[in-house]
Amino acid sequence: MSLEAMYQQVIMDHAREGHGRGLIDLTAAGRGESHQVNPTCGDEVTMRVGVDGDTVAAIAWEGHGCSISQASISVLTELIEGESLDTADATVEAFRALMQSKGEHLDEEREDLLGDATAFVGVGKYPARIKCALLGWMAFRDALIQARGSAEGATA
Amino acid sequence: MFPDLRGDFPILTRTVRNGRPLVYLDSGATSQRPLAVLEAESAFVREHNGAVARGAHLLAEEATEAFETARADVARLVGAPAEEIVWTSGATAALNLVANGMLQASLGAGGAAAEGFHVGPGDRIVVTELEHHANLIPWQQLAARTGAELAWIPVDDAGVLVLDDLASVITPATKVVAFSHASNVTGVVTDVAPIVARAREVGALTVLDGCQSVPHIPVSVSDLGVDFMAFSGHKMLGPTGVGALWGRKALLDALPPSMFGGGAIAVVTMETTTWLEAPTRFEPGTQPVAQAVGMGAAARYLMDLGMENVARHEARLAQILREGALSVPGVRLIGPVGDPDRFDVLGLAAVAVEGVHAHDVGQVLDDRGITARVGHHCAQPLHRRLGLTGSTRASAHVYTTEDDARAFVEALAGVREFFGATL
Repeated sequence: MSLEAMYQQVIMDHAREGHGRGLIDLTAAGRGESHQVNPTCGDEVTMRVGVDGDTVAAIAWEGHGCSISQASISVLTELIEGESLDTADATVEAFRALMQSKGEHLDEEREDLLGDATAFVGVGKYPARIKCALLGWMAFRDALIQARGSAEGATA
Repeated sequence: MFPDLRGDFPILTRTVRNGRPLVYLDSGATSQRPLAVLEAESAFVREHNGAVARGAHLLAEEATEAFETARADVARLVGAPAEEIVWTSGATAALNLVANGMLQASLGAGGAAAEGFHVGPGDRIVVTELEHHANLIPWQQLAARTGAELAWIPVDDAGVLVLDDLASVITPATKVVAFSHASNVTGVVTDVAPIVARAREVGALTVLDGCQSVPHIPVSVSDLGVDFMAFSGHKMLGPTGVGALWGRKALLDALPPSMFGGGAIAVVTMETTTWLEAPTRFEPGTQPVAQAVGMGAAARYLMDLGMENVARHEARLAQILREGALSVPGVRLIGPVGDPDRFDVLGLAAVAVEGVHAHDVGQVLDDRGITARVGHHCAQPLHRRLGLTGSTRASAHVYTTEDDARAFVEALAGVREFFGATL
């Protein structure tokens, strides 16, 4: 496995572009925020997730870290923003499965769901880097739980 | 001419990623072990294993003999009498032993003899801004639990301790000063004398973290003048799971133990216990005997090489690593280049590569078979002070060659090239 296979161009592009970067105030009915830290390197992300009805209406984040962590957050934002809650849950689960696959590709259905995020398949071969790739996804999952809770609170 | 020792270290013959030869530059985190250490451990377990200081059979005698010989060898490495060496599970445990002992004393343990260890409100505990977490957190928590104030000797913008205003940090209220003999990030060897002099002036104890110095440069506790020193086995070519605390005998005999159990005691009733003298009072339970034997063998291996020779060898590596790192565009060396002839820096270089995260730097190095440490190296406050979250560190030992050091510098030069095109 070469270095180039891990740092695929799509990962480098996302690391540079940083979709969703900027911790703007969200206006969605349900809102959640999560701060996650990778204690071994000090990398951190703060992510806000807005939920309207059945949709992940908005994702905003600020953070710093390695190219893998930054690209992963960017891909997540692009993939999940505007999708249904069910799709969001399935995408998170698919990405976790990809990270646990030790570098093997997943089935077609889950890879379709992951889109650009399948480029992270090589990361699964480097146990020390999996937590870099998962940092933003953990923040998203946590913020989404809060956003759902607050959305339910608002409609109850 | 320092000998090429690679043949003594079996692991250095293996290959790593992509079949590349291993360039091991993570000795600051953990060092590799020579055959002499592996064989000493193995021979002990195969031929002499028995309960130390318990029982009257031959194996118990031989195990006790091996355990105490190892203690004497480790003591000799740091210029101390054997009775002043306490075995611990590592340097972290050794530093905690002193801090916890002071906490116990502050709670009243040890009676009048332990009064010198009392800390409380109005007292001050001093550390430095560059400490490894293992020599920061025990003191920070001792302060939090006793109401004492934690203060620290600051570093300058280069990460070097500022020693010209010690009197304002080490005040008359100071009870203990804990500091590193050498930074695991900047590699700078601390000028111990002025810190010890000021601590003595105000009657404060001194605790030295010798993890990075003992394996690499000549260290004599009597020359240094400190009161305690911690160091670990696995950073000095020995096993993991073992380390040592050196302390002045009178202080060790007065410091209350904070871990309790069998083997450390004189008389036990249902209500009370009296302890043996140091070092035994701090060694309850079954000790890591094979590891201690291995650490003793590591001490002998280093002494056979001669610590002056080791220091000179690593000073040359320091020069290649540090000047080499500085010569690469976009690379920031943490700490000064140093003057290897004066042994004022260790054979290590921690660097920040402009625009490239330490994890990504490490990945490129790893791809070339180079093992370096990435992250904050358990020194978050120092990195924060320098405006960094992490760095990439190459650290040498006796088996490191000049080619290893050059490989690191060359790989660094390729890092920005790899990421530069797209980031």
